[in-house]
Amino acid sequence: MGTETQNSGVQIATRDAYGETLLQLGKKRNDIVVLDADLSGSTKTAKFAKTFPERFFNLGVSEQDMIGTAAGLALTGKVPFASTFAIFETGRAWDQIRLVVCYSNTNVKLVATHGGITVGEDGASHQALEDIALMRALPNMTVIVPADAIETTSVIYTIADSIGPVYVRLGRPKVPLVMPPDYKFQIGKARVFRIGRDVNIIAAGIMVDTALKAAEILSNQGIDTGVINMSTIKPLDEESVMLAAENSRLIITAEEHSIIGGLGGAVCEFLSENHPMPVKRIGVMDVFGCSGSPGELLKIYGLTAEDIINTAKKTLNAGGKAHQ
Amino acid sequence: MTAAQKTAGKIKDIKTLEGIAREIRIYILKMLAEASSGHTGGSLSAADIAVGIYFSKMNFNPDNPRWKERDRFILSKGHAAPLLYAILAKAGYFPVDNLMTLRKIDSPLQGHPCCAVLPGVEISTGSLGQGLSVANGIALGLRLDKIPARVYCITGDGEIQEGQIWEAAMTASHYKLDNLCAVVDNNGLQIDGPVEEVMRISPLHDKWTAFGWHVIEVNGHNMEEIINALDKAETIKGQPTVIIAHTIKGKGVSFFEGRVEYHGIAPTRKELEKALKELE
Repeated sequence: MGTETQNSGVQIATRDAYGETLLQLGKKRNDIVVLDADLSGSTKTAKFAKTFPERFFNLGVSEQDMIGTAAGLALTGKVPFASTFAIFETGRAWDQIRLVVCYSNTNVKLVATHGGITVGEDGASHQALEDIALMRALPNMTVIVPADAIETTSVIYTIADSIGPVYVRLGRPKVPLVMPPDYKFQIGKARVFRIGRDVNIIAAGIMVDTALKAAEILSNQGIDTGVINMSTIKPLDEESVMLAAENSRLIITAEEHSIIGGLGGAVCEFLSENHPMPVKRIGVMDVFGCSGSPGELLKIYGLTAEDIINTAKKTLNAGGKAHQ
Repeated sequence: MTAAQKTAGKIKDIKTLEGIAREIRIYILKMLAEASSGHTGGSLSAADIAVGIYFSKMNFNPDNPRWKERDRFILSKGHAAPLLYAILAKAGYFPVDNLMTLRKIDSPLQGHPCCAVLPGVEISTGSLGQGLSVANGIALGLRLDKIPARVYCITGDGEIQEGQIWEAAMTASHYKLDNLCAVVDNNGLQIDGPVEEVMRISPLHDKWTAFGWHVIEVNGHNMEEIINALDKAETIKGQPTVIIAHTIKGKGVSFFEGRVEYHGIAPTRKELEKALKELE
């Protein structure tokens, strides 16, 4: 799946990195327990289940019960990782997450796979495009979208040590490695690749790689473009957003999520109150997805490097004219 | 933890337990009247069950609410919060006087139980149907740690119309959670009317049996029957037990008993006076 990357050519699905990390974590700590709702083969929790069957709980097709059970396990001092597809985890069980995870402030780690449009052929029912908005609205919740397998591994180790509710959104397809091998994730700390003087792209998840490609092309064409990997969507790294905003003329957000309520929403909320300036959101335009290959869908829904490049040029040109 | 502390809550004398239940009902009525809102009927109907569980069966320590080996009490029907608060005050988690802050600004006694602000509340409830799943998770965690504590969960009868209850019922049975005992407060009424008219839940006994539970039916206002059922539940191995407690909504106050309109209404000052005369 996909093409070779510029760096190493290695492509790994974030869900695969999760499965492997969970297994390693399970070997180190016996307070780690894992729950799934009949999708352990797809979420990759099956790896943990095979080695630690006594610490793995399959709840069957019942996401609401899974969240409640996870909260109960957390109350006995376990660190539960509860996984299923992002839409079922956050949509089907939202009230459960609200009441017994966030309001009760239980130490539950929600790690969902199959986020975004790149779920592909299964179509709109399975493509979570609203999950970040749903989770971001909940008090006490931390929301993380890793960019690649390296970041995923670091995120999983980090949240196993953190106290309190966390939502981590992972993807289905294999994706390029964009983070340096020695990278250490910190909750609420964005990774600034570079700050551009014209445009800064604030991206999350698979769109970080896309943003890096777009930035390279734009910079080669004389538009100085920076990229930030905003893997923690909540709490937002406001310092990094401000740094990007103060040094450029345009902010572009890029995410594999609805333009409503996700990273774009978070950045706009912060900037409109603290540093009003032009912002363009790249994301799914308030529509449902459909069946197709991930590559085709990214094109159809406007989530390619070309889309970012065109948006940057169009906005800068319009802005330039307006001020001339 | 000394043995004395561990068993501090365990009272076996039926008359003493009945006396506590009467006291709990008085607290419930007083705090509801003071708050001028809240759920009277369902707090009173579950009072005897809750007292039986908490004071005859449970190991707990108010000075160390998170003591790992404590038994757990989950009020899944969170709208009966006044009952839970009265029990916790009686058990020594906070002064009885604090009960009068129910539903007021800055009080940890929220309209529905919030575990983040009130020690002794195991999990926040209020959105119905969620407590049993949490009880399952606790039961699983205790089993992993080889802690012999038990988990008790009180649900309403209207509450079990929630699908999640039946998801949890499957889970408890699938994982053979014999350290779990659920109690259905079967008072027969929900806000919109009789449970059987709003959405039929019968045959209750057969449903729970079909889901793999050991089922015991009791008169939920007969303390001796309640204690016997709780004793019996401890002997059932390899499956969870549910006690279907036949109760009367508003039990203890003649003019609240069996009246659906007192599901979500607090007694007025006048009603409180009259009610206290019946109870004291």
